[in-house]
Amino acid sequence: MPPKTPSTPGKTVRAKASATASPIASVTPLKPLAQPEPSAGPPPNRICVRIGVGGPVGAGKTSLVAAICRVLRAEYSLAVVTNEPQTREDADFLLGEGFLDPAHVRAVQTGCSPQTAIREDIAANLDAVEALEESLDPLDLLVVESGGGDLTALFSRGLVDRQIFVFDAAAGARAARKGGPGVDRADLLVVNKTDLAPLAGVDLEDLRRDAGARRESRPTLFTSLTEHPDAPAVADWIRGLIEERRTLLGRG
Amino acid sequence: MTRSALLLLADSRFPAGAHAYSGGLESAAAAGRVHDAATVYEFLLGRVHTGALVCASFAAASWLCTDREALAELDHEYDVRLLSPTLRGHSRRLGRHLQRAVAATWPSPRLELVRGLDPAGAHHPVVLGAACAAAELTVDDAATCAVHATLAAPANAATKLLGLDPNEVSAVLARLAPTADRIAARAVSLARMARLRSDPGMLPALGSPLLDLTAEDHAGWEVRLFAS
Repeated sequence: MPPKTPSTPGKTVRAKASATASPIASVTPLKPLAQPEPSAGPPPNRICVRIGVGGPVGAGKTSLVAAICRVLRAEYSLAVVTNEPQTREDADFLLGEGFLDPAHVRAVQTGCSPQTAIREDIAANLDAVEALEESLDPLDLLVVESGGGDLTALFSRGLVDRQIFVFDAAAGARAARKGGPGVDRADLLVVNKTDLAPLAGVDLEDLRRDAGARRESRPTLFTSLTEHPDAPAVADWIRGLIEERRTLLGRG
Repeated sequence: MTRSALLLLADSRFPAGAHAYSGGLESAAAAGRVHDAATVYEFLLGRVHTGALVCASFAAASWLCTDREALAELDHEYDVRLLSPTLRGHSRRLGRHLQRAVAATWPSPRLELVRGLDPAGAHHPVVLGAACAAAELTVDDAATCAVHATLAAPANAATKLLGLDPNEVSAVLARLAPTADRIAARAVSLARMARLRSDPGMLPALGSPLLDLTAEDHAGWEVRLFAS
């Protein structure tokens, strides 16, 4: 038989979701189990900030990633992992823009399930992320772009530190209202292609209100890469994360 | 050992990256060789008697082995049985993914024995054998798990690519189950025999030349849904 791994007997802790007030005085109310922090930071020894960019097909994820890379590559060392449900098209598009070295872009094949590869089975993405971090050390920023998913797409916290969910303002009149893990819980919601919204009869103020209602205090940015090709607001948000991380590690 | 550990490891939802691999089914479907439940059955029948037996023999042999040098030799023997460089690469990548998931799920020095056998990671069946040992499963479990993994990947891909009735595909797998069990048992016997003679070269070397060829072709497709 294989050698056994020593195991420590664990204590079973039970707690109700809201065990703050027990009607039975003799029972000491248990503290609720600690909930994982929605935006838990990366491991303390890693300088590289990993950011996931997700959203439906055609939302403008790849164009946004290209803009981020174009703007931030002068300031930071960065790399991109693309998730390809079908082809290497996203990776080739980024390389075709000519501002990323092929060594800084990796494509991960997702086998018909773009959401599986960023959420419940992150093995291939982690493999690519860690290989890039190792070969390009030190890396400040690593962007993982998901394949086009739907409103339920959400990155695993085992893969990225923060995530951006992008959707098309012109296609998304109901997206913000319907919500879903991506819209509700992403660290940053980007409502993209705002220039097309009036053409589709979408009122941006309605979107802003619906997104605000679903996202509580989490930020939402409105962008149009046609009007502002460098996506300055998104780039600033990412700069803030990188600087925060550097300060935290005393490398500012 | 626990039965639950076996179910957990064999579950296609175990996060070891297998969901992106069709095991040659995408090529077979594109060529029209597989198009319904009956042809999925034929495809899998071929796999169970060839690739699954080889994979299971190596998983069992890896389970039986606790010597790092012998494990390296085993890894090499598996390598030379894969004619397609693409499939060699996939096998090592899946081995890496499995190693990562199992290291987090059942951390054990037994699993660490296969780490770094090759810079690109040990081959999938070699890691699977060690993973089963780490999870305190039996050698029979290791072989069964290997056979199941070899069949489940193309079966799942068939459902996704061809829109087949998932119930029919499950029925196909159930029909193959007795054969799968016999193949797993044979794999364990072959692994024990090779162990007795200290000769991993004795392990089976059955192949599927068409799958080797289509794997190389598939890697160059411009549009493909699966990694294999």
